[in-house]
Amino acid sequence: MTADLGYGMTLIALGLAVYGGVAAGAGARTGRLALIESAQHAALGVFVLVTSCFALLTYAFLTFDFSVRYVATNTNLGTPFYYRITGVWGALEGSIILWSWMLALYTIILIVRHRVGARELYPWALATMLGILAFFLLVMTVAAPPFQRQAPVPADGRGLNPLLEDTGMITHPVALYLGFTGFTVPFAFAMAALITGRIGDTWLVLTRRWTIVAWYFLSLGLLIGGWWSYHVLGWGGYWAWDPVENAAFMPWLTGTAFLHSVMIQERRRMLRLWNISLVILTFGLTLFGTFLTRSGVIASVHAFTQGSIGILFLGFLALVLLTALGLVAWRWETFRSEGELDSVVSRESAFLLNNVLLVAAAFTVFFGTVFPLLSEAVRGVKVSVGAPFFNQVNIPLFLSLVFLMGVGPLIAWRRASLDNLKRNFLWPVALGIAAAAAAFALGVRSLLAALTCATTVFVAATIAVDFTRATRARLRVGESLLPAMGGLLLRHNRRYGGFVVHLGILIIALGVMGSHAWSVQTETTLHRGETAELAGYRFRFDGLTAVEESNHFKVVGALTVSNGRVLGVLRPAKKFYPQEQAPIAYVDYRLGLREDLYLVLGDFARDGSQATIKLQVNRLVSWIWIGGVVLTLGALLAILPERHKSV
Amino acid sequence: MSRVRIAVLAALALIGSVASPIAAQTATPVSEDAVHDIALQLRCVVCQNLSVADSPSEMASQMRAIIRERLAAGESPTEVQRYFVDRYGEWILLSPPRRGFNLLVWLLPLAAVVVGLATAGALVWRWTRRRRGVRPPPVTVDAAMSERIRRELESGS
Amino acid sequence: MKRLWRWLIPLAAVPVLVLLAYGFRLSPRDIPSPLVGRPAPGFALATLEGAPLELATHRGKVVVLNFWASWCYPACYEEAPVLERNWRGYRERGVVVVGVDVQDKREAALKFVGDFGLTFPVAQDLKGTVSVDYGVYGVPETFFLDRQGRIRVKHVGAVTDDVFRTTVDRLLAEAASP
Repeated sequence: MTADLGYGMTLIALGLAVYGGVAAGAGARTGRLALIESAQHAALGVFVLVTSCFALLTYAFLTFDFSVRYVATNTNLGTPFYYRITGVWGALEGSIILWSWMLALYTIILIVRHRVGARELYPWALATMLGILAFFLLVMTVAAPPFQRQAPVPADGRGLNPLLEDTGMITHPVALYLGFTGFTVPFAFAMAALITGRIGDTWLVLTRRWTIVAWYFLSLGLLIGGWWSYHVLGWGGYWAWDPVENAAFMPWLTGTAFLHSVMIQERRRMLRLWNISLVILTFGLTLFGTFLTRSGVIASVHAFTQGSIGILFLGFLALVLLTALGLVAWRWETFRSEGELDSVVSRESAFLLNNVLLVAAAFTVFFGTVFPLLSEAVRGVKVSVGAPFFNQVNIPLFLSLVFLMGVGPLIAWRRASLDNLKRNFLWPVALGIAAAAAAFALGVRSLLAALTCATTVFVAATIAVDFTRATRARLRVGESLLPAMGGLLLRHNRRYGGFVVHLGILIIALGVMGSHAWSVQTETTLHRGETAELAGYRFRFDGLTAVEESNHFKVVGALTVSNGRVLGVLRPAKKFYPQEQAPIAYVDYRLGLREDLYLVLGDFARDGSQATIKLQVNRLVSWIWIGGVVLTLGALLAILPERHKSV
Repeated sequence: MSRVRIAVLAALALIGSVASPIAAQTATPVSEDAVHDIALQLRCVVCQNLSVADSPSEMASQMRAIIRERLAAGESPTEVQRYFVDRYGEWILLSPPRRGFNLLVWLLPLAAVVVGLATAGALVWRWTRRRRGVRPPPVTVDAAMSERIRRELESGS
Repeated sequence: MKRLWRWLIPLAAVPVLVLLAYGFRLSPRDIPSPLVGRPAPGFALATLEGAPLELATHRGKVVVLNFWASWCYPACYEEAPVLERNWRGYRERGVVVVGVDVQDKREAALKFVGDFGLTFPVAQDLKGTVSVDYGVYGVPETFFLDRQGRIRVKHVGAVTDDVFRTTVDRLLAEAASP
């Protein structure tokens, strides 16, 4: 019953979405308001139906309805309550429902917000959104039906993938998908702009807040993914340059470029063609990402499945790219360049450079990800492109980008005079060089680490210079300190929100540098009572215990950690799930501001007398998560509605 | 105490540990760092995209043991890498060797940066050239206005 | 003519799409082995019963070397009866089937052998050195060795009757020694 109801609702939703898209397009073409309103009603209907499908599926999960194949594959009688809810989006079919639901939600928000304000663009944007929504509903109906029935009904389900039994599971896909789907709206408006020929600033201004929100959620999704990888997957790292990680990183890179180049168009009316191309590229990359995750074309730890769904996604990607780029080619004449500049040394140049570096980085990641495919197609030889390659090629690009973060916000528009350069950058450059010297004096020998220190100090100093100068100006006018600072932040919240975000990136950069340059690790076999030493810590192996949980069996090792005084006991474990062929490593760690202790249990003797332990002391990794929090605060500040600026 | 012990033994016998013996860390002159460095360059064959150094899987652990043994037997890091490449092909290296067709993956990103910089440079040049051709008549401003304008421009708000 | 250059923009997307489409024809797990045509690496293991199992002792016969595991479902379960059946059929003709169990528990291996009634020699690769020596990256994988001890065919995935017989017949037909 549940299954049939769900399937029926999916079909109706698909029909409504298709109708709505066509109606909105027809309404836009003919100008008939009745059609547009009908499309809005259809969109509402789709949202209600998809929400109901979601609720129905969750209900099936909660009531152990194993007649639904998706439920049987992803839970069993032992799955804890909260994982029965979050497991709804734990595999392919659920992820499509989640994506569709978010698209539907964003469509409703688009209707509510832009129905009145954007007469010409709105109908075409609505049509585009509904068209894309229709595609995902098609996938849900044809290729990945969540309500497919299973007969005979099994007595017990298979169970959730143990790696997904984690708090990260609740938030990572949600944040990531909110980011991905969020970029659909700027894309829809870009399409509307191209179709109507109104490629000026209107579509940009309308989508400004959407872009920041989508960008923020994508950043959050990536950071949570890193955190999840760090504390669940048991390999002691947070980013593996896995193809699916790359697939989420690429739209983030081009999205960041878009976020910045938008400011040039707003100020100087330049780069309009570039901005439209960037948003098409970003949206295309989000589709590419879903394609990669679901097609199995490139092997990845995230890959959901192979099959017909990959062909559907590739087909849609082709349709979107060819249509969008075709529209760009069609409107080519209207992109008359109006750019004017007084000097190469200017903020425009800095932003351009920012874009070049970000898009080049995105290209690098893209090419590295598909290169194994290319190599096999051309040479017939399989190669791997992994972390060593990506790190080597991207790090110079990222370091340059961090440096630009300091230059861009302070350098003058149109032309930076020598005076301007001196006033803004003298101190920061001096401090940066001093930081490098200090690092060297303190024993840092890695060139990369020293450069990173210098650059981050430089950028932090530029932010301080700006903030101090602006605060001082207010103080001179008579305000007292705290209201001056607060007023600055609130009145120019976009600018200072951006600064706080940059600050967050700086902290993350330092965390990445620390973890790469200064982390140590070792692997050793210990008998009971034996001690291993690493980086000033002593780890004493105290033996193993076996524990039975609701849906798995656990062997836990106990290691007492001390560095002069006893710090505690860490318990890395191996979890044995009946439905999984190999045991899952359960990492135990002790987080700290300066360093994390990280332990993985390897082989062990059956009698518990000895075990192989992998020990890691990771430095500054916590800074990455802290940087993420700062980034969140900055994004929140930037999204605030703008106060009316007094002159 | 002994009852707990029996329970542990029984439980362990039930689940059974992995059959491979413990990688003995005897008094070899091989540093773990050397093993780690080589393992970082090799792809764990049963994982997706993880290095042998990072992977927590059994196979990776066994591969690290093999690396350790071979280093202890006196092989150089290059020879150890060669051993794996001879059996698995280029695929086992996490970074494609810099020769032949593989040079493309190393050079094309560099080319992208160069092309990007060149395009941006051409664009900026066009913009400044256009500006130079159209000079507005100089506007006279007094000092106070000038100072205020400068401050506004530089704060960027 | 100049107006037509702009249409290069959408066309630029086509090569990428074609490459991705090509990806559907490939299996990311199908890695060609560089060992084909080379002498098979020797090994000295012990069977589950404790008898020595050395590759060198089987020189002069056609060897079907099968890497498997009890957790490799369903492929290893499909090919086990195939291997046993053909082992019984070919053992008098100078062919030997050798099974190497990888990443497995002894009880599980014994149970597997018992369930399928396997009578060919089976050993456990406890340290993983043999599987790495043969470039094994998944199970099941089967290597067909000729009488001179060279690897001639590597078959990834479950072995079928057809594959077994065609390959072994071909190798048997070759001259015994150079």
